[in-house]
Amino acid sequence: MSATQAIADDVLLARIARGDRLAMQVLYGRHHVRVFRFGLRLVRNEQLAEDLISEVFLDVWRQAGKFEGRSAVSTWILAITRFKALSAMRRRQDAELDDETAAAIEDTSDDPEVAVQKKDKGQALRRCLTALSAEHREIVDLVYYHEKSVEEVARIVGIPENTVKTRLFYARKKLAELLKAAGIERGWP
Amino acid sequence: MMATSRKIMPDDEPGEIEALLPWYAAGTLDARDAHRVEDALARDPGLARQFAVIQDEYAETIHLNESLGAPSGLAMQKLFAAIDAEPVRKLAAAPAPGWSERFGNFFARLSPRTLAWSASVGAVLLLLQAGIIGRIMMEQTGGTFGTASYQEAPAPKMPAQEAAPPPAAAPAARMRHSAAPRTTTTRSLAPPRDAVLFVRFKPDARIVDVTALLARYQAAVVGGSGDLFRIRLAGRTDAEASSVLARLQKESIVAMAVPAQ
Repeated sequence: MSATQAIADDVLLARIARGDRLAMQVLYGRHHVRVFRFGLRLVRNEQLAEDLISEVFLDVWRQAGKFEGRSAVSTWILAITRFKALSAMRRRQDAELDDETAAAIEDTSDDPEVAVQKKDKGQALRRCLTALSAEHREIVDLVYYHEKSVEEVARIVGIPENTVKTRLFYARKKLAELLKAAGIERGWP
Repeated sequence: MMATSRKIMPDDEPGEIEALLPWYAAGTLDARDAHRVEDALARDPGLARQFAVIQDEYAETIHLNESLGAPSGLAMQKLFAAIDAEPVRKLAAAPAPGWSERFGNFFARLSPRTLAWSASVGAVLLLLQAGIIGRIMMEQTGGTFGTASYQEAPAPKMPAQEAAPPPAAAPAARMRHSAAPRTTTTRSLAPPRDAVLFVRFKPDARIVDVTALLARYQAAVVGGSGDLFRIRLAGRTDAEASSVLARLQKESIVAMAVPAQ
């Protein structure tokens, strides 16, 4: 970790609360890619996900003074991202999620191209991860990609810790069902 | 063995340890839970198989997210354009720095060379002041020397006491001598104690005004805590200090002035 990175996020946030643009640039540089990817996985639209970034960080700029340090700054930012993404999805009246999920489940054709794809378990797994519901996608991403603890996921999603554990368990079971439907058995469940 | 992590759970619910496997794979469990999972994995082959599946999910989730790329630079431009359009942030009113802090800041702004010169000049002035006071005292007392203690003036000699008393009478003579009324005494030669006051300046008082006030009253800050200063009035006794105190209390930059006990 370099000296610059050693400046803790909460220190940057305190400076942002005093109107420090440079601190804002550093915090943005540190987190915007993860915000983009988390948002994109939820809204599934690159333009919308890019718009989310500026909305999220504008909120960070405005609300920095209210951050109380009860969670990590990255957890706080992801919670804002989630809120903004869900609002954007509601605005869009998104109906494509169900279509995509259905497509993944029904993808059992035996044409040669698909058969080759099925042999690539990793690729199939990624396709099925994409086909999960938004609720399941977000919890899988928060745990595996954003490396959030049970407590942090509970804060971001706004659900009890036990629900976090069971929701991820069901997300994984759904993933297994999608893979099975795609002809891939993994030995669990 | 698998049953150990699932046996008390209803069907279709994860066992306690089983539910923690994804966080164990991601390395985000605390040490205690991580240890529990490790123990269970070592004992339960079914759990270990499930963990292998989870590791695949973990790796592919990272792969998937990393393949999403990064946003364009437009997002940042848009953000900072929006920030520029925000009303100028009114900073939270910070409490005005206390007097001690302002005093400290004042001296902190001086260069080491300036500080050294100031200290030297101050030391010379102190020596000069001590010399002047000493000379005045010598002139007032006619050049006599005495200790700073309470002294008895020599009593007029009596004829009976001219001769030395016999040894046996000596204690009685000493007792009679000490029991004699002290009719004449001298004052201590110790310089009169300077009056000391506690002063609190108003928060909006400027350093330059305070310095001028201290010079006008021939006062020096000799201590204090927070915004309450202990100042010594050079050459003024406690008795003289009451009039000075009254004047100080009327000064526009003084919030409070009281005699120090």
